[in-house]
Amino acid sequence: MNEKVETKKRINWNDLAIVLILLVLIVILAIIKPVFLSAENLLNIMRQVTIVAILGIGMSYVLISAEIDLSVGSLAALSGIIVALTLKSGWNMGICILLALLSSVFCGFLNGAIHTFAKIPSFIVTMGMLNIARGVVLVITNSYPITGLPAAFKVLGRGYLGPIPIPVIIMVVCYVIGYIVLKYTKFGRSIYAIGGNIEAARLSGIPVSRNKVLIHTISGLTAGIAGVVLASRVFSGQPGAGNGLELDAIAACVIGGTSTSGGKGRLWGTFLGALIMGIIANGMNLLNISTNWQLIMQGTIIIVAVGLDRLKSD
Amino acid sequence: MDSGYILEFQGISKSFVGVQALKDISFGVKKGEVHALLGENGAGKSTLMKILSGAYSKDTGKILIDGREVNIRHTKDSEKLGISIIYQELNLIPEMSVAENIFLERQPKKAGFLDWKKMNKDAVEVLKRIDMNISPKVLISTLSVAQRQMIEIAKAISLNARIVIMDEPTSALTEGETKKLFQVIGNLKEQGITMIYISHRMDEVFEICDSYTVMRDGTFISSGSIRDVNLDKIIEYMVGRPMSQVFPEKKNKIGDVIMQVQDLHNDKEVRGITFDLRKGEVLGFAGLVGAGRSETLKAVFGSDKKAKGTVLINGKKASIHSPKDAIHHGLGFLPEDRKGEGLVTELSVMDNVVMAKPENAMVKGFFSAKRAKELCRRYIKDLMIKTPSETQTAKYLSGGNQQKVVLAKWLNCGPEIIILDEPTRGIDVNAKMEIYNMITDLAAQGKSIILISSEMQEIIGLCDRVNVMFEGKIAGVLMKEELTQEKIMHYATGGNQNE
Repeated sequence: MNEKVETKKRINWNDLAIVLILLVLIVILAIIKPVFLSAENLLNIMRQVTIVAILGIGMSYVLISAEIDLSVGSLAALSGIIVALTLKSGWNMGICILLALLSSVFCGFLNGAIHTFAKIPSFIVTMGMLNIARGVVLVITNSYPITGLPAAFKVLGRGYLGPIPIPVIIMVVCYVIGYIVLKYTKFGRSIYAIGGNIEAARLSGIPVSRNKVLIHTISGLTAGIAGVVLASRVFSGQPGAGNGLELDAIAACVIGGTSTSGGKGRLWGTFLGALIMGIIANGMNLLNISTNWQLIMQGTIIIVAVGLDRLKSD
Repeated sequence: MDSGYILEFQGISKSFVGVQALKDISFGVKKGEVHALLGENGAGKSTLMKILSGAYSKDTGKILIDGREVNIRHTKDSEKLGISIIYQELNLIPEMSVAENIFLERQPKKAGFLDWKKMNKDAVEVLKRIDMNISPKVLISTLSVAQRQMIEIAKAISLNARIVIMDEPTSALTEGETKKLFQVIGNLKEQGITMIYISHRMDEVFEICDSYTVMRDGTFISSGSIRDVNLDKIIEYMVGRPMSQVFPEKKNKIGDVIMQVQDLHNDKEVRGITFDLRKGEVLGFAGLVGAGRSETLKAVFGSDKKAKGTVLINGKKASIHSPKDAIHHGLGFLPEDRKGEGLVTELSVMDNVVMAKPENAMVKGFFSAKRAKELCRRYIKDLMIKTPSETQTAKYLSGGNQQKVVLAKWLNCGPEIIILDEPTRGIDVNAKMEIYNMITDLAAQGKSIILISSEMQEIIGLCDRVNVMFEGKIAGVLMKEELTQEKIMHYATGGNQNE
C-alpha cells in the first residue's frame, strides 16, 4: 500500500556511532602511541576483554528480553571456586569444568524460575542471587584463595594456539554460537519478541515462561564460562573474583546499542562495546594514566553512548 | 444437518469472579459473509471473541464450526481451526521485520536453523494476496498504523484463516486507508473468507457488512440481515431504549465567551488551532484517532511543554505553562487514559479525590483526614459513586465509578472549564448515562464543558457546538442543529468546509 518504504533503507545511527567511536579511539591512540597498533598489544587487548565479552553474551540475551541479570559477577566467582576446589581434589579436568559450569547454570536457572513463577522482578531476584552466590563462595573458601592447581589448567586462560591466546578462541566460539542461536533459531527470535511486546509474544504462541527461564540459564552459563577462564588466568580460585563484573557486562551491552527496555540489541554490538572499554583501559595504561581516570572515562562513555541512542530515537 | 453456518454459538455463558460476563449467547455466522458484532463497550463482544480464540474458556455452551462441535482451549486450537483475530491494539513486535512478524513462531527452517531467504520469499507471496507492495525486511516500527494492520491481516492469511475477526480496525485509519481496508475485506470475501467485524462506526457497518448481531450487558439481543434494520433500530438494540431517551434534555444557558484559544500549535499533532468557548456551553471535539484532539486540549491545559499559542480567559491573557497554572486559571482535565493518567489506582478513593486540591481538606495549614472524609462523602453522594467507603482502594471500583472519582477530583478544584477526554470509554451503559446527566447538569450550573469523544452519538446527543478536527486543524465547525454523523465524518476525513 505504500511503495516508499521499500526504497527507504534505514541507516542505524547507533550502529554507526559505535563503529565511529571505536575508529576514533584507535586512530588517536595509534597517533599518540604507535606501539598501540603492535600485534602483541592488540592481542593483549583482546585477551583483556574476553571475560567481560563472554559475560556480555548472556547479558545481551537477558537485556533484549527486557530483564536484567545482576548476579553474573558472583556466578563467575562461584564457578571459578568450584573448578579450583575440584581440581585440587585431583579430579579429571573436564569433569571439574563441567561441574563449575553446572553450578552457575543451576543458579541462572533458579534466577529465571523464581522470576517467572514467583513473579518477582529479575532485578530483585538476581540482586538476591548476587549476594547469595558470593556468600556461598566466601563460606566454602572461608575467604581464602584456593591455589596450587595442576599446571594443565593454565592453558584456558594463559595458553596460545599459534599466536592466538586460547581465551580469545573460547570467546570467539562463544560469540559464534551465541550469534547463531540469537539470529537463526526460533528461541533466539522469541527473545526479541518477548522483550518487544510480551503480550503479543504470548498471543503468538511463544512459550514465554519457558524461554525466560532458558534466557537466565544461558546467562548463568556464560557467567560460568567466564568464571572458569578467569580462574585459569589467575591460576587460582579467588573468592573476590568477578566483583562488579555485572556492571561492566551491562555497560558493554548498552554501549553496543542494546536497549535496557528490551526488544533491541545485537551481539556484535556487545562485543564492540566490550572492546571499546578494553581499548580505553589499554590506551590509558600505555599513557600512564591512573585507573581512577579510567573509571571516569568509562562512565562518561556509557552515558554518551546511550545518550546518542536517545537523541536518535527522539 | 446443514444450517449454512460456518460458525455457531449455542448457549455460551461465562462469568468472572461473581460477574456474569456472558449469558446464554446463541447465534450463527454464515460462510463468506461479513458479520457485524455490535454493542456498547462492556456488552461482552470482546469476551465472546476471546472465548472463540481460546484466550478465555467458556463456562457452558457449545461452539460449532461447519456444524460440528469444537473444543477450543488454547489459542493454538483456534489457529488450527482457521480462526484469526486482529486485535484493536495490534500485536506486532516493533523491532522485528515484516516477514518475521508474519511467521512468528512458525518460521521456516532449513537443517534446524531459520531459513531467512524462504521466510522473506513467503512473506512477499502473502503480501501480494492483499495487494501490498512492501519489502519483507523493513522493521514494523517504521510502518504506519494502517500498514501494520495490513501486516496483521497478512499474518491471518498466512495461517490459512477461514474466519477473520477484526476488532475496531478503522479506529486509527484515515479515509483513504479505510477505503483500502474495505477493498481488502472485499477481496478476502471473494476468496471465501468469513469475517466478524466489530466497529462503533455505524456508517461502516452499513457499508460493508451483510449481517449483524447485537449484544447488550452480556446477553444476545438481536441478529439478522443488515438490510432489514436501520441505524435507529440498531442503536435502540444496543442501548436498550429509544435514541430519544438516552441523552438528557438540555437546560443550559449559553453565555459570554469565557475562553479564547488562538493559533495553538506544537509542530506535531497540533497545527494552528483557534476557537472560543462560552459560559455554560458544551463544546465537542470530534475527529478520528490521531487527528490531534487530545493533543490540542492537553496543550491548552499546559501539559505539552512544546506547544505555543495564546489562551485568553475572560478576555485576559492567561499564561499557562503547566497543569498547575491551568488549574489555577479554573481549568480541569479528565484524561483519556483513566488508569494511566486519571487515577492512582493503588490509592483510596479519598486520596484520589483530594489529590489535585488538598487545600480543601486542610485546616490551618494541616491536612485533616476528617475534613477530607466529609468532602469525599459529599462527592460520593452527589456523583452516586458506588463504593463501600471512601477508604476503598480505587482499583477495586468499576470503570464507571473510577471515572466518577476522577471527575470528583476535578470538581474539588472548583473549575469553570472542564475538559473531558473520552469520559465514557470502557464503562457500562448505565454509568454512561449518569455521566451524560452530570455533563448536562454541570453545563446548566454555568460550567463550560469541552468534550472529546469518538462516539458519534455522544457528540451529537450532548454538544451545543462541535469542532471537527482533521490532521491537527479544525476542519469544520457544526452547530447543534446541523449535527449529523455524515457531516462530522465528512470533515473528520478531510472534507472541505464549502462543499
